[in-house]
Amino acid sequence: MIPAPFDYEVAESAEHAVELLGQHDDAKLLAGGHSLLPLMKLRLASPSVLIDIGRVSDLSYVRDAGDRIAIGALTCYEDAHFDETLKSSCPIVAHAAGEVGDPQVRNRGTIGGSVAHGDPASDIPTIMLALNAEFVVRGPTGERTIAAADFFKGVFEVDLAPQEILTEMRVPKTSSGWSYLKFHHRAQDWATVGVAVVLGDGSNNASVALTSMGERPLRAQGVEEALAAGEDPASAARRAAEGTNPVSDPMGSSEYRRQIAPVLTRRALEEALSR
Amino acid sequence: MNGARLEAEVEPRQLLVYFLRDNLNLTGTTVGCDTTSCGACTILVDGKSVKSCTMLAVQADGTEVTTIEGMAKDGELHPLQRAFHDNHALQCGYCTPGMIMAAAGLIQRGGDMSEDDIRLGLEGNLCRCTGYHNIVKAIQQAAGEMKSSATV
Ligand SMILES: Cc1cc2nc3c(=O)[nH]c(=O)nc-3n(C[C@H](O)[C@H](O)[C@H](O)COP(=O)(O)OP(=O)(O)OC[C@H]3O[C@@H](n4cnc5c(N)ncnc54)[C@H](O)[C@@H]3O)c2cc1C
Ligand code: FES
Ligand code: FES
Repeated sequence: MIPAPFDYEVAESAEHAVELLGQHDDAKLLAGGHSLLPLMKLRLASPSVLIDIGRVSDLSYVRDAGDRIAIGALTCYEDAHFDETLKSSCPIVAHAAGEVGDPQVRNRGTIGGSVAHGDPASDIPTIMLALNAEFVVRGPTGERTIAAADFFKGVFEVDLAPQEILTEMRVPKTSSGWSYLKFHHRAQDWATVGVAVVLGDGSNNASVALTSMGERPLRAQGVEEALAAGEDPASAARRAAEGTNPVSDPMGSSEYRRQIAPVLTRRALEEALSR
Repeated sequence: MNGARLEAEVEPRQLLVYFLRDNLNLTGTTVGCDTTSCGACTILVDGKSVKSCTMLAVQADGTEVTTIEGMAKDGELHPLQRAFHDNHALQCGYCTPGMIMAAAGLIQRGGDMSEDDIRLGLEGNLCRCTGYHNIVKAIQQAAGEMKSSATV
């Protein structure tokens, strides 16, 4: 389980990382390495150059930015989990960061890496989708922002060009109820199914997003519509699997996931409403 | 490296755990799964617990690395090592260095160390022998001692 040989470069800043990406074909950014290194050890990925952005310390922060909170891409899960600003102003992110893997994984893995990797079984992308987060991306021609809803395209597929780096995630401050429930077999496992709920002003404009229910994190549109139409949470939750296309894998069959999603959604709505 | 300055040249693809074991002969850090699951290879990097099978040696450049070999000071066992001994918190011992380093990371992080906190904090460390009970007891004992003497 040794990766194939590669060259190693250290980026000093986001701009430097973009520059280095421009100098090499087939280069990959290395953040926490907790998705990329396992893939490289299995030789499912073998980039010829790794550009280490793990030392760009000014991309690791959580900042109060008025009505939003800005999270630097290199912020590790454990820092986000214990961050006071997140805990008080956008607790769903702090909570979900603590649900990822185990403490060792959380000490290395980064919020930005999770978003950039685009694994539909990851927790943070679902949270970002439920929050209508905005991502800041830097490339050779400057910076652009993109909505979470437009960013996730498919399995390991996101709206990032080969020379671009994700630098920041912006999430709204939330004062209403929220929940993230993750069904998994063992404590450190990925979500068989995950459900994020963020209430607006009352239960009839909740946003509900799902982990592991398709090729990318999905909004549970049926549930959101039902709630908007005034249905009670228990009956709205029954529509959670509508329009989803979950995989069958060792964690559970597609059918099983479609059974769990409505139950978990009901519980998540109840938890959010009680907060 | 365990309190001393170390300079070495490594191939970029060398994983930290193999650098420790093969190059430095620090074989206290074990490899259980090689897939980031079992926690046997846990060490501290800048005081934080990390699975060294999923980190490149080059990523440790400029950091402070502590392995199980760096825990005892001046011939005195670290409180965690003594507590594992006192509480019979190991059988085959294969998971033990990783357990101790993961526990050291939890204690260093601060916060509560109730039985539940410890069990949850060990979610990334597997033991095939003990059933965890004595491991949890040992960590509770050490955490208590370290808090009262502030020798984290
Ligand atoms: C044992 C284990 C359990 C896990 N459990 C969970 C879990 O329960 N839930 C969960 O969500 N995840 C889980 N993970 C995955 C973990 O969250 C990863 O850390 C995360 O998916 C990737 O973040 P990273 O910083 O490690 O990225 P890396 O592995 O360094 O990079 C991943 C990919 O993203 C790219 N990338 C990284 N940062 C950027 C950036 N700033 N801009 C552009 N591209 C970038 C890289 O080039 C690479 O292609 C687990 C991982 C392990 C090993
Ligand atoms: S050997 Fe590293 S986690 Fe098992
Ligand atoms: S003591 Fe044998 S694996 Fe833990």
